[in-house]
Amino acid sequence: MGSRASRLLREEEIEEIKKETGFSHSQITRLYSRFTSLDKGENGTLSREDFQRIPELAINPLGDRIINAFFPEGEDQVNFRGFMRTLAHFRPIEDNEKNKNPSATEPLNSRTNKLLFAFRLYDLDRDDKISRDELLQVLRMMVGVNISDEQLGSIADRTIQEADTNGDSCISFNEFIKASFVVNIHICTVVWFPFLS
Amino acid sequence: MATLWRFTLFLCMLLMACGGLSLASKEAKTRSSQTETGTHNTTEEGGHGAGPITTLPIVTWKWDHISVQYLVALWVLVCWLCKLLIEANHNVTNYIPESALLICSGFILGGMIWGADKVQTFSLNPTVFFYFLLPQIILDSGYHMPNKLFFTNLGAILIHAVIGTCWNAASLGLSLWGCHMGGAMGDLDIGLLQYLLFGSLMAAVDPVAVLAVFDQVHVNEVLFIIVFGESLLNDGVTVVLFNVFDAFVSLGGGRINAAEIIKGIVSFFVVAFGGSLVGIAFGILISLLTRCTKNIQIIEPGFIFVMGYLSYLTAEMLSLSAILSTTFCGVLCQKYVRANMDESSVQTVKYAMKVFANGSETIIFVFLGISAIDKVIWVWNTGFILLTVFFVFVYRFIGVFFLQWILNRYRLVPVELMDMVIMSYGGLRGAVAYGLAVLLDEKKIKEKNLMICTTLIVVYFTVILQGITMKPLVMWLKVKRAAVAEVSLLEKITNKMFNHTLVAIEDISGQIGDNYFRSKWRHFEEKWMTPFLMKPSARKKQDDVFDVFHQLNLKDAMEYVTEGERRGSLEFVRNDSAILDFKKKLESEYTEAMPDIPPYMIHDDGAIRDHIPSVSLEMHEQTMKAMREPEAVDVHHLLDQHLYKSRKQYRHGFSRSDFKINRDEKEVQEIFQRTMRNRLESFKSAKMGVSPPKTLVKYSKKEQQEKVKTKRGNKHTLPPFTDASGYDSSYPSFSMRATYRPGGGIENPAFMPDLYPTDLLQEIPPWLAEGEPDSSMVAPSLRAQANLPNSPMEMHRLGLLPASTRSTDTKQMNNDQLPPPPTPPPPPPPSGHM
Repeated sequence: MGSRASRLLREEEIEEIKKETGFSHSQITRLYSRFTSLDKGENGTLSREDFQRIPELAINPLGDRIINAFFPEGEDQVNFRGFMRTLAHFRPIEDNEKNKNPSATEPLNSRTNKLLFAFRLYDLDRDDKISRDELLQVLRMMVGVNISDEQLGSIADRTIQEADTNGDSCISFNEFIKASFVVNIHICTVVWFPFLS
Repeated sequence: MATLWRFTLFLCMLLMACGGLSLASKEAKTRSSQTETGTHNTTEEGGHGAGPITTLPIVTWKWDHISVQYLVALWVLVCWLCKLLIEANHNVTNYIPESALLICSGFILGGMIWGADKVQTFSLNPTVFFYFLLPQIILDSGYHMPNKLFFTNLGAILIHAVIGTCWNAASLGLSLWGCHMGGAMGDLDIGLLQYLLFGSLMAAVDPVAVLAVFDQVHVNEVLFIIVFGESLLNDGVTVVLFNVFDAFVSLGGGRINAAEIIKGIVSFFVVAFGGSLVGIAFGILISLLTRCTKNIQIIEPGFIFVMGYLSYLTAEMLSLSAILSTTFCGVLCQKYVRANMDESSVQTVKYAMKVFANGSETIIFVFLGISAIDKVIWVWNTGFILLTVFFVFVYRFIGVFFLQWILNRYRLVPVELMDMVIMSYGGLRGAVAYGLAVLLDEKKIKEKNLMICTTLIVVYFTVILQGITMKPLVMWLKVKRAAVAEVSLLEKITNKMFNHTLVAIEDISGQIGDNYFRSKWRHFEEKWMTPFLMKPSARKKQDDVFDVFHQLNLKDAMEYVTEGERRGSLEFVRNDSAILDFKKKLESEYTEAMPDIPPYMIHDDGAIRDHIPSVSLEMHEQTMKAMREPEAVDVHHLLDQHLYKSRKQYRHGFSRSDFKINRDEKEVQEIFQRTMRNRLESFKSAKMGVSPPKTLVKYSKKEQQEKVKTKRGNKHTLPPFTDASGYDSSYPSFSMRATYRPGGGIENPAFMPDLYPTDLLQEIPPWLAEGEPDSSMVAPSLRAQANLPNSPMEMHRLGLLPASTRSTDTKQMNNDQLPPPPTPPPPPPPSGHM
């Protein structure tokens, strides 16, 4: 399977993806073979249905939100480049030493981008603010039904109070970063095929 | 003024100490039936009723009756007063660690005894140390061990503890022997085996010393847990090594053959694993015991201590590693003890544990100092002593760097170079080494006193010198410190979110996650341990939630009342029109008063941020977090209980397509139903042109505004997620609407829990549910659990099914609910995406 995948993936494409995402060659080919195996339509893109076919995602409380995070706005398909771009958020943070070009845009796996990814999982209406309702929806997804709405509401209220510094009852991305700054960002990483990289 | 006060205090302490000492010295002499050279001893002797009495004495002097107990109590008091004195001045403890200061005060006390007696009557004696001082420290460390951190780093800890300690012992013994052969130490009667024995007792990093120093430095937690975990576990290793070499020394060089060496290695594993097993057995016993101590709540905290101590003694009796036994006993039982026992008992255990551990730690350090003031043990051999100090220091560095270099290749987050320096530098030797040195048999080892003396010097060198320089070094090397910040609720949720996301990402990218053992353990625990070791009532989360929620509300109410009293009236409590969430009201008031300060800050008076010297990791952690306010803790707790566990914790050992992966089927069920419902919604709206039942949802004003925003939000600059509407519309029943019924008094579900059907799928507000509390539930078939449909193409078929399972009027009644969860049909053939 791996050999087929690498045949289909052109070398220059791999190079581009490598440059953009920082994945290693072997990781890219491995993930590409995964990509093609997910791609039931065999048209080089993944649709929502392709993702939803992954059985584990159905029992992941955030499964569908995460699936949505793979799709650029208004599109129903994601190609391998986009797929890798999303995955790249979860690469381990690298030390700055590799960052030869400081003027370049921030790598996808930077702290801020990781947090931005999480922030967007909350921020459904994309107004750059997490409102109480958005927070509640996320909480509702992640919390068992044993907690009543009132309890959840009070949790949401407290959460917003904790994070909200300007008193608009919403959490902006800046407030979000500030509030989450102790999040051990190292746990927000996936090691892809550690023995390949 | 302050200095004067301190000086007075110091004088008082000295007086007391001297009083204690003079009594002590007299007593010791009497007991050892030495000739009395003391000053006044006439009246005391006849006082305890030994002589014939001529008349009824009104009071008698009965010193001998209580001398031992009195001395013990007095020494404990003196040691603790030393600590009091030291901690009175933070200027000093900021630079010099408390342990070093305690040793120094031990020097002074020892000097006074020496001055009075011309002989050292008190020194740290191995029996007292190993049986009365050490157990509670170890139990405390185990009981307050941050389990997750410990087990995440267990590999590194074990490698350092086992291989590192063996390396230290062997390298030190062999190098000293080599130097001896080379003639660096003059004339000493020490053979290779004795050197190895000495090396093994010097090898172990001491948990007491490490905790005492690292507690005050606040290095990052990974570094801390590696050094601390190592120091805890390697005690087991050292004791084994010590026993093995001790036996070898007794056997004599000639009779050691391959068989004996193999036996030594076997005994190592037996002792270590046997000790751990004993500990685990006792941990289980404790957990079981606390299940049924409901009726004797007063003494239930005592069980933890007694059983912990018994685990220590039992392991000692079986000549297994007592330290490992107690550690694992504490590690295992903590979770169940906390769940099973009453909250106040849990607090009692926690604080009593601290008292014992911190107290005996203090005593150990003071006595380490006192023990030094003894002419007998001071046998100076420059070569031996200096070389030992040098080798101990250097080999620690070499060992740590080498092992960590290897470990770093397998770590997700490699331990940094600077951290390694601190790890090496944190190799403090302490009382365990001294205790073992004193245990040496003088007949077999001629130079015992030299060894004790050297051990003491190494202890002083590491605890005092390295202890003092540790903090500047940490600063200078810019070692990552533990983050001093509160963990916010948002962070907790986000963390959880990341966990779920990571699992999803791993699933999407089709790879097995990395923490295989942890997930296996979780699975095992969920299935086997928790049902046996935890009270049924503690297992039932609902009760717990209402309990926590109740407490939360109580606190809010108390705040509210306090606030009312502050304003001089409780009128508003009775005022029906003021039916508002307590907290909301309070907050708005706070916000009015101090708009810039988030309300939760108001309770934070800053005083609690003061450093609390403590023995345990947990305190360490708490100091780090600077103690959140209790309410927040409750909310955190509530969340902890109820956030879905990310599946990573359950998975593995199963086929990836197997749905029984997640043991907690209720959770799976819930999540699955939500997901499917959700997909059904978006699917319907997308493909069938059926709009989700938006119109039936009673949106509050706020939500409507949100909706508008959603539509506008599309123009926003941020790269978006798609299909937001699917979510907006599909979670109406989850959105929060005000549930405060006017005139109905303050809505507080904690006070009327009966209104809440405790069913899992309960999603209807209580007032709607009264009629048919069960109507909203669709019991999923077993098949549904086993075979989930794999794509929305199958979903829409399911969509029709539920209608038949429910009566129409139920549907009407719940029509602000979502379409009910589907009852999936027979499974489609699994799609071959794997």
